[in-house]
Amino acid sequence: MFRIRFHGRGGQGMKTAANLLSRAFFLEGYEIQDAPRYGSERRGAPIFAYVRADREPILERGAITRPDLILVADDSLIHNPSAGVLQNVNSRTVLLIHSEVPGEVWKDRLQFPGTIIGLPLSAVARSGAQIPVVSASCTGAAAGLVGVIRRETLEPALREELTRLGESVIAQNLETALSAYDAMQPYAGCVKEGGALSAEDYAPPDWIEIPYEDSTISAPVIYRTATSEQIQTGLWRTRRPLIDYSHCNRCSWVCSTFCPDSAIHVDPDRTPHIDYEHCKGCMICLAVCPPHAIYMEKEQPAPIEGGAR
Amino acid sequence: MRRTLLTGNGAAAWGARLAEADYVPAFPITPQTEIIEALAGWSERGEMAGRVVTLDSEHSMLTAAAAAAATGVRVFTATSSQGLLYGMEMIYTAPGWRAPFVMVNVSRALASPITLEADHNDILAARDSGFLQIHCATCQEVLDSVLMAYRLAEHPQVRLPAIVNLDGFYLSFTREPVVIPDQEQVRRFLPPFDPGNVAFRADRPASQAALVLGGSLYSYFRYEAHLATLQALTAYEEVAQAFEREMGRRYPAVEAYRAEDAEYIFFLMGAYATKAKDAVNRLRERGMRIGVVRPRLLRPYPARILQELLRGRRAVAVIDQNLSMGMGGILYSELASALYGMKDAPMLVSYIGGLGGRDISTEELFTMAAQTREAADAGVTPEPRLLYTAAELREVRKMQTIAGSKLPGHMEGKNDE
Repeated sequence: MFRIRFHGRGGQGMKTAANLLSRAFFLEGYEIQDAPRYGSERRGAPIFAYVRADREPILERGAITRPDLILVADDSLIHNPSAGVLQNVNSRTVLLIHSEVPGEVWKDRLQFPGTIIGLPLSAVARSGAQIPVVSASCTGAAAGLVGVIRRETLEPALREELTRLGESVIAQNLETALSAYDAMQPYAGCVKEGGALSAEDYAPPDWIEIPYEDSTISAPVIYRTATSEQIQTGLWRTRRPLIDYSHCNRCSWVCSTFCPDSAIHVDPDRTPHIDYEHCKGCMICLAVCPPHAIYMEKEQPAPIEGGAR
Repeated sequence: MRRTLLTGNGAAAWGARLAEADYVPAFPITPQTEIIEALAGWSERGEMAGRVVTLDSEHSMLTAAAAAAATGVRVFTATSSQGLLYGMEMIYTAPGWRAPFVMVNVSRALASPITLEADHNDILAARDSGFLQIHCATCQEVLDSVLMAYRLAEHPQVRLPAIVNLDGFYLSFTREPVVIPDQEQVRRFLPPFDPGNVAFRADRPASQAALVLGGSLYSYFRYEAHLATLQALTAYEEVAQAFEREMGRRYPAVEAYRAEDAEYIFFLMGAYATKAKDAVNRLRERGMRIGVVRPRLLRPYPARILQELLRGRRAVAVIDQNLSMGMGGILYSELASALYGMKDAPMLVSYIGGLGGRDISTEELFTMAAQTREAADAGVTPEPRLLYTAAELREVRKMQTIAGSKLPGHMEGKNDE
């Protein structure tokens, strides 16, 4: 069975990528299972999706714990612990990262046990206005890497899944998918199907007797205030608002009041400051600023050291 | 007939569409919303003749469903979790009207604390309502069960509403290959509803479900509803045979997988049953004679079938994806009551797990199989086990520390400030 995981951010098309790939497998005669996994979903938040494909009906369910192939939409996710990109990897795992940084460099940085392949984002995906949409690139690359999906299967797969988006979207995505497929030809077939877990040689669960604890501990109460500050929602941001203080008229309230995440603080001298640990990059401040003193830059791909921003 | 890829929610919507439901009162809730989105889209584009109407709550939705059913039209609706509970007054009221309709429930665990992921405490809260209940393990089964549920609910000897249950996320948002039958094929299996006396009209007023005092009248109607529910056991067999003749797929009231010669059995319902089948295949490679028994029909309860299937086994690992506070697993206690006093009854070992969407890993299933065999060898029934790992408890400690719980020193997580 092929067990494949897609990691990206809400809005990058990971659910679509899983749908496209499973459709291609299905057209090649495979049984499939695909699903997205996310919590209270928001654009920009890390999500993942998975595909299982096998010649036999699939009985396994739930998140993939022994991945044969992992595709990463955007290299800034690698260092985001809540994305869980590297969970359960082993020496058989192939990891494909959309990144300008070559695969060998990533392999060295991450001390990764399996194979890493870097794939630069296509011009089409990069030109996307907000979050780069990389579903077609992920699908094309995955189809190339597993080695059992023919190039000509991608078109009917995309057509079936994307019909409602119209001909031009299909054509654009097909071009991206085919170019990713072709780029993977040197590695075609390097992803091997994983076997079944043995009922003899396995790690038993570390079960415990869950202890009785009184309600001062065991009620689901959050006693501490403002704990949400500990969640760095700034990691969800793909665009960064910046304040041009030479144009800011120190009105003291418009941007900070409209910010839905209370991520703009105002000094006593009326100067606003953006809290980039928590700003999600929604750009409402940019839209409402009366003197247009807020502008936008794209977030840069992952800084490798020292993380959060 | 067309074989394509559908989510469990997509399969449920296709079931309602192919059943040619006339009326769909709806209210959205995660993880059920896609079902009514699909139906609303088809209705809007004229691909489905039935009318989709959004109501102001699940209570109104169920009232509308039952009232429409009482006029003799075919009604479909869907809900989940907190929505099911919000409509609970009508869940218990509707069956007494003896007007059939089908509702899909997408299982999601109940508050508190609140979550979005699956377990079966929501659907089991409707256990004693008089609704028939069919539980699904695959997306194909969801589509097929909606069709079967109509024929069962509308059966002249039954005339009760039915719930088809599927697990949130594990089925609702998971795509699998599904055969969508042709409309003509479905019409042969499920002809238009012949409502008979279920035909309320404004110009022929009748009083639906009257007030009865004194107990005797009340008891009569309740006993009759119970007896009608039991009729559904026989009717189910007829429906399953007709379905197999038309569609070629067989759905017994209780599914038995590799159970013919099995000494040990995993007993559970819902989507995790396929995981148990996978574990059975692996365990059989290592020589263990083990199988899966899965009740599809939970109401009426197929007690006799379970007695026949489980007689003479050494032991059964009952896996409850639910928890009755202060008692334990609901499937376990129901199975124990069905087998009590039976000659050659197997030992029952109780496991509680999968609450709020927690995974039950293949390794855990292997361990349950091993423990169940050891318990049978020793002849001593172990205490019920609440599946939980040391790693999970460590994660809880971290969260409690962040939340400011006053943990004793030895319990504190690494993230304490």
